Amino acid sequence: MNHLGDTIAAVATAPVEAGIGVVRISGPEALQVGDRAFRPRRGKPLSQRRSHTVSYGFVVDRFGQQVDEALALVMRGPHSYTGEDVVELQCHGGPVAVRKVLQVALEAGARLAEPGEFTRRAFLNGRLDLSQAEAVVEVVRAKTDRALEAAVRQLQGSLGQEIRAIRERLLEIAAQLEAEIDFPELDLETEGRDAVLAGCRWCLERIDGLLKGVRRGELLRSGVRVVLAGRPNVGKSSLLNRLVRKERAIVTAIPGTTRDVIEEWVNLEGVPVLYADTAGIRETTDEVERFGVDRSREMLQQADLVLWVVDGEAGLTPEDRAVRRWVPEGRRVIGVINKIDLVPPEQVQAVAASLGEEQVIAVSARSGEGIAELEQAVLREAGALDMEEGFVANERQAEALRRAANSLQAALETAALGFGPDLISVDIRAAWTTLGEITGETVHEELLDQIFSRFCIGK
Amino acid sequence: MGLTRKYDVAVVGAGHAGIEAALAAARMGMETICFTTNLDNIAMMNCNPSIGGPAKGHLVREIDALGGQMALTADQTFLQMRMLNRGKGPAVQALRAQIDKRAYAWQMRLVLERTPRLTLKQAMVQEIVVEDGRVCGVITASGIFYEAKAVVLSTGTYLHGRTIMGELQRESGPSGMAPAVGLTDCLRRLGLRVGRFKTGTPPRLDGRTVDYSVMQRQDGDPEPWRFSLLSPREPREQLPCWLTSTNPRTHELIRKNLHRAPLFNGTIQGRGPRYCPSVEDKVVRFADKDSHQVFIEPESWDSCEVYVLGLSTSLPEEVQIEVVRSIRGLEEAEILRPGYAIEYDYVDPTQLRPWLETKQIRGLFCGGQINGTSGYEEAAAQGLVAGINAALYVQGREPLVLSRADGYIGVLIDDLVTKGTDEPYRMMTSRAEYRLMLRQDNAHLRLTEKGRAVGLVDDHRWEVFCAVRDAIGGEIRRLEETVVAPSPRVQAVLRELGTSELKSGVTAAQLLKRPEVHYEHLRAMGVGREDLDPLVAQEVETEIKYAGYIQREMQQVERMQRLESKRLPPDLDYWALKGLSTEAREKLDRIRPETLGRASRISGVSPADIAMLMVYLERMGSEGKGMRDGTGEP
Repeated sequence: MNHLGDTIAAVATAPVEAGIGVVRISGPEALQVGDRAFRPRRGKPLSQRRSHTVSYGFVVDRFGQQVDEALALVMRGPHSYTGEDVVELQCHGGPVAVRKVLQVALEAGARLAEPGEFTRRAFLNGRLDLSQAEAVVEVVRAKTDRALEAAVRQLQGSLGQEIRAIRERLLEIAAQLEAEIDFPELDLETEGRDAVLAGCRWCLERIDGLLKGVRRGELLRSGVRVVLAGRPNVGKSSLLNRLVRKERAIVTAIPGTTRDVIEEWVNLEGVPVLYADTAGIRETTDEVERFGVDRSREMLQQADLVLWVVDGEAGLTPEDRAVRRWVPEGRRVIGVINKIDLVPPEQVQAVAASLGEEQVIAVSARSGEGIAELEQAVLREAGALDMEEGFVANERQAEALRRAANSLQAALETAALGFGPDLISVDIRAAWTTLGEITGETVHEELLDQIFSRFCIGK
Repeated sequence: MGLTRKYDVAVVGAGHAGIEAALAAARMGMETICFTTNLDNIAMMNCNPSIGGPAKGHLVREIDALGGQMALTADQTFLQMRMLNRGKGPAVQALRAQIDKRAYAWQMRLVLERTPRLTLKQAMVQEIVVEDGRVCGVITASGIFYEAKAVVLSTGTYLHGRTIMGELQRESGPSGMAPAVGLTDCLRRLGLRVGRFKTGTPPRLDGRTVDYSVMQRQDGDPEPWRFSLLSPREPREQLPCWLTSTNPRTHELIRKNLHRAPLFNGTIQGRGPRYCPSVEDKVVRFADKDSHQVFIEPESWDSCEVYVLGLSTSLPEEVQIEVVRSIRGLEEAEILRPGYAIEYDYVDPTQLRPWLETKQIRGLFCGGQINGTSGYEEAAAQGLVAGINAALYVQGREPLVLSRADGYIGVLIDDLVTKGTDEPYRMMTSRAEYRLMLRQDNAHLRLTEKGRAVGLVDDHRWEVFCAVRDAIGGEIRRLEETVVAPSPRVQAVLRELGTSELKSGVTAAQLLKRPEVHYEHLRAMGVGREDLDPLVAQEVETEIKYAGYIQREMQQVERMQRLESKRLPPDLDYWALKGLSTEAREKLDRIRPETLGRASRISGVSPADIAMLMVYLERMGSEGKGMRDGTGEP
């Protein structure tokens, strides 16, 4: 439950491809958040503008990078939809773009609004008169239900199953401890303390596994950054064009033509993928080109995945090896052999073997051969393929998982210190309740049921 | 003077709930009358001869802290005292006493007789008289009207009692006593919903025919534990209990006769408690176990009668004889009275307010087994609260409501009035969210002030309490301010305990936080006070040692508390609120929870429903209207 008082933000338009997308920010800090997230092309910052005015400018992230161009509307409370100060950022309509703008608003200090929360605030702030109250309640209810439906869908997926399995194990552990406490005189044949500890560790491992999936959930929101790296003229630009299906990069046979970084978002089976082409990487004295090369290195630093592109016709050159060495340690790399339409398969095989990468894909940017395979490899390497519905969808869930893991750690420590079941169970209960927050299940009587179904207790 | 006097409070029943209710009301200055169907059956322990245990022992300590009687009389009449769960942690250590049931009943009757303003009356109450929605007295079976401003119903298992043993059934209260008939019909007429529960009891044996030599002996603790803060702590002579067990032959006998077991052949319809199943129930449900524990417990110093814990049954008497004699050590045993099952009416407790007054009728209170609970301690706790609130009602004062954070009594009553119960309700520590705070050792710290405020804690108890409270607070402060240097003496003690030695000075409190270090070790280091009362020392150690855990527990329940502070108007029309689910609407309308916290604990009320209610509350709050509060809850 939330209280009036903090500043919330959410996408106010439907999450589909549309001409325009709106991110709405509402609350006492809305103007300050707006100032941090939006830089007007000219004139005063949003917080100094009159109510009901529109400014043109850019959405900028906390590093000052432009994220999108946008129109910003300022509506000061109480003359706004919610009755609070409201800033609306109208930006380009694609889901990925809108999400990025929302991300910026959240980073600038707003909290993600819950379903129906704008309407609820409008209602609570008296923006809707009493005759409308019932209708509004219906709206709030409907939104809650829709959110509930979404949650239920997710819970039917593997995340819900996984959490239920962990909670079930925790319930068993708790039942052991509780039965020991409440029926101390009876010989209940409880498993020993070791079994309790083993159970806790099992749960911890499962939670850790889920936390790894947090990354996958983030993929859906922020996308995967894939950087194409290679010496000049191995065909990176053609490959990029092929991958984004647009004529964007200037494709010539003159080495070093691509002098700046070119980025393009692509919706790859529902996963936002940012392909970035770099300037051909080589030592150079050309000022302009060197600037491009520096940017390329920076890109590589930020990459989730690097496509190391080599020319199949030319084979592996020392220059190619130099490029490979530019890739920072720990980055996932796919070796890509381009121009296979120009060489016999044996040569492709030989080049592939010489790369020494775990994954090598042979493609022809010109004919399109191997591109589908490359895209699958990108999704797989990004960890997006086994995503199903079991990913950890949001930070709230991730945070709950982390809290549950901390509680289990504490329980293990308590047991290691030799403290009794009442103290161990404090943190077991906490972990259980916390995981229940994710699945929306409440508890307590279940615990008693567990005790009674497992142990023979009586007089 | 007319036929009868006018009373402030009338209590119907003189079992464990009724006597606490009557004593509380009289001690709070009320002219009180307590009805019983038989004056010789006051404070009877119709089932096991023991008081206390996990959660139940906590309840007894809380009853004591509020100024009730159970703890004092148990301390006077015990046969054996044991602290259970020793070494399992402070929150779940629980005192359990074997009680001389005859002495207990007799002592209780003496307490009642010696209490000013309290009248005992042997009569069966058949009717509650109500005018304009307020109770104004009771009428007995013999037709006499007793005027009373408040009435407490604590009828136990007597309402339409029916005992069953094999094929034998009779209308009866427990232990062959007369059932209370007629009152249930009156309650129905008054608009109260009544349900039916079942419970049971094992056979009693002639102790002279039991072979104890083959059983395991269980003695009481040497330490002079007592329930009441006021009881003297001198060691007393104790009686042992004995442990034996059932075996495959016992189970075979039971299985062979299941068709004659009322629980399994359909004779018994009422729902029984899971935590004290009959032995036939255990054999069926846990078919893979070929042995169950059986405890032989003495019932009195002055009687050979012994109780057979673990053998509750309603099988025919001839089968009971065989079953008993199949058990090691009981081969020659003579049954003094057979076990039986009993069915009885109870009042659905969701019709009660958190101070145990019925929602339908002002001045009518219910406490004890009539509310669907089981156990002497649960009954006494409710009787006490009902009695206190009956008195407060007559005095025109705000009712006493204990929250789940105040004590097990608060948990008990909150569970009953918000969730109701579909089996006889027994208190367990796992029901409490605040278990580390709700310890038996700090019950007086939690509740004595509340008992004092309502006028039940007398000057003597108050002085004793204040001294203990101040000693605890003072010692905690002292330990937090005392720095222990790594002297050879200190290091030697730590070495001996197997814990790490000090590198630099730490406070005594920090040392006491270590699991291995107890207050006595502080004494060995020359830091602990030699003259400190052992109870105080224990309390100090617990408070310091587990502070971190208590804090974590607090965090967990903070959210609940937030909902707890949001009050729901008593006259809220849930059917007019759009957006609630039908089930939520129906339950909220019926139960009428006082707070959002209570509403959230009702099964069938979803988080979405709670969100809706919050919206309305905030809306109403911001308009500064509605929210009339007649609930009187703090």
